[in-house]
Amino acid sequence: MEGINPLVIFFASIFTSNMILANFLGMCSFIAVSKETKTSLGLGQAVTFVLTGTTILNYFIYHYLLVPFGLEYLRFIVFIITIAAFVQLVEMIVERYLPTLYYSLGIFLPLITVNCAILGVAIFMVIRDYNLLQSIAFGIGSGIGWMLAIVAMAGIRQKIKRAPIPKGLEGAGITLIITGMMALAFIGFSGIVNIQ
Amino acid sequence: MYNILITVAVITGITAVLALILTWADVRIADYGERKIVINNDKELVVEGGNTLLSSLIANEIFIPSACGGKGTCGYCKCKVDSGAGPVLATELTYLSDSDMKNNVRLSCQVKVKDDMSIQIPEDLFNVKQFKGAIEIAKDITPTIKFLRIKITDGQEIDFKAGQYVQLLAPPYGDSTEEVFRAYSIASSSFEKNFIDLIIGYVDGGILTTYVHKHLSEGDKVTFNGPYGDFYLQESEVDVVLVAVGTGMAPIRSILYEMLHKKIDRNTIFFFGARTKDDLFMLDEMKMFENELPRFRFIPCLSRPREEDNWQGHVGRVNDAIFKYLEGKDSTEAYLCGSAPMIDSTVNALIDKGILKNNIFYDKFD
Repeated sequence: MEGINPLVIFFASIFTSNMILANFLGMCSFIAVSKETKTSLGLGQAVTFVLTGTTILNYFIYHYLLVPFGLEYLRFIVFIITIAAFVQLVEMIVERYLPTLYYSLGIFLPLITVNCAILGVAIFMVIRDYNLLQSIAFGIGSGIGWMLAIVAMAGIRQKIKRAPIPKGLEGAGITLIITGMMALAFIGFSGIVNIQ
Repeated sequence: MYNILITVAVITGITAVLALILTWADVRIADYGERKIVINNDKELVVEGGNTLLSSLIANEIFIPSACGGKGTCGYCKCKVDSGAGPVLATELTYLSDSDMKNNVRLSCQVKVKDDMSIQIPEDLFNVKQFKGAIEIAKDITPTIKFLRIKITDGQEIDFKAGQYVQLLAPPYGDSTEEVFRAYSIASSSFEKNFIDLIIGYVDGGILTTYVHKHLSEGDKVTFNGPYGDFYLQESEVDVVLVAVGTGMAPIRSILYEMLHKKIDRNTIFFFGARTKDDLFMLDEMKMFENELPRFRFIPCLSRPREEDNWQGHVGRVNDAIFKYLEGKDSTEAYLCGSAPMIDSTVNALIDKGILKNNIFYDKFD
């Protein structure tokens, strides 16, 4: 993928190849935390930070450790281990130095460990054969895209709090339906550029 | 072969490096240094920062009740934190009422000591100690209820009010892999300071009840801490109604021993509920109390007596007996111990009889 400009990848991963709305990755924390815009923004920032960090880390581990030894098939387990350790490290740092963010995220921070968007980005990076710069752009862009989707969803959920939603659809049900509608809306961007 | 070796080496290398980084971070980043906890504006503790408030207090031998051992699932370890706790965490919200939130009440097992803190805890808790004991008596008093007498063997004496409870520890055993504390009312006299009696019913699958019923025998060593609780006999002269079902007998027995020792002569009626005659116990002791306490009356009630029980006494639940035998006065004090549904329905029955809600005290099993 030598040809694609990192900037194109960056914008494409926010809009046309959004992790949530195009790939439906990282749904569990997306649905669990998208009740308030403030918390969503916090989690979105944390996901963006973790995505960027782990993508860079996984890029180096993949290209300088797994490829030279011919161990590409180990990428799933290695990526997962790296992500888990990185999230734990971030949790310690956030708890110590950014207490306000820590308290607003609370128990949701460890959720990032099992956020498949993080693993998804690392895998896509390998499958699409991105170079370092492209990977960084893809990591940051995917994080911002995820944040955009969750903040937008939180805004909508706050607005529909008093809407007469059928009892059986309250909570996760209506959230999934709205996600589908948002995904349809985002299809509008897909003609601009495609990085798949 | 080469592939296997290199795979193992790479995975081991990566995990080792990550583990090293995390250990380093744990030592450097998660180190909050020494922090001060001021208790009740009086006592000052210096603790290692970064641990939970509950574990910091326990390390300093201040025992706050906690049945779940600090997992944030029982909601017992509440205490008032005036400063230094930070905002309320999502994990605490389920257990904090609106008035708790207004009064800075927090779950001490969730709050971490990262800054100097000022907290308020009931003075009684300073009296709470950890005891080591040995089982002196372990006997089945009904098919499902066991009586335990635990002799304190570490040289301490227990000082409690009749009606209070202790937390008994079940160490890891069988499939249970962790230490678990559960609360049980003390059944013995508060004048006996070298041992406590407990009355423990068997609950299918219960970690502690299985430990007590299937694994404990006379001579075994146990650990417990206490006393806790604000359920005890008030000092007054008014009539007393005691109501218990099953193992709820425990605190009531302790209260009766206190009445006996202090020669308290109050008009007292004790309704005790069981299903069949086999579920009744300590009838001899109740007879003794009836003989020794001038105005004490014991009314056992069987809800499902069998034909062979030949039961001549009251048939029905304790509520029916209260309706039949009790002459309620608004000053009467009632002391209840049993399951939540039993307590709720009995409180309603007592209020119907004219007893004031403020005069009804209870110890509810969860």
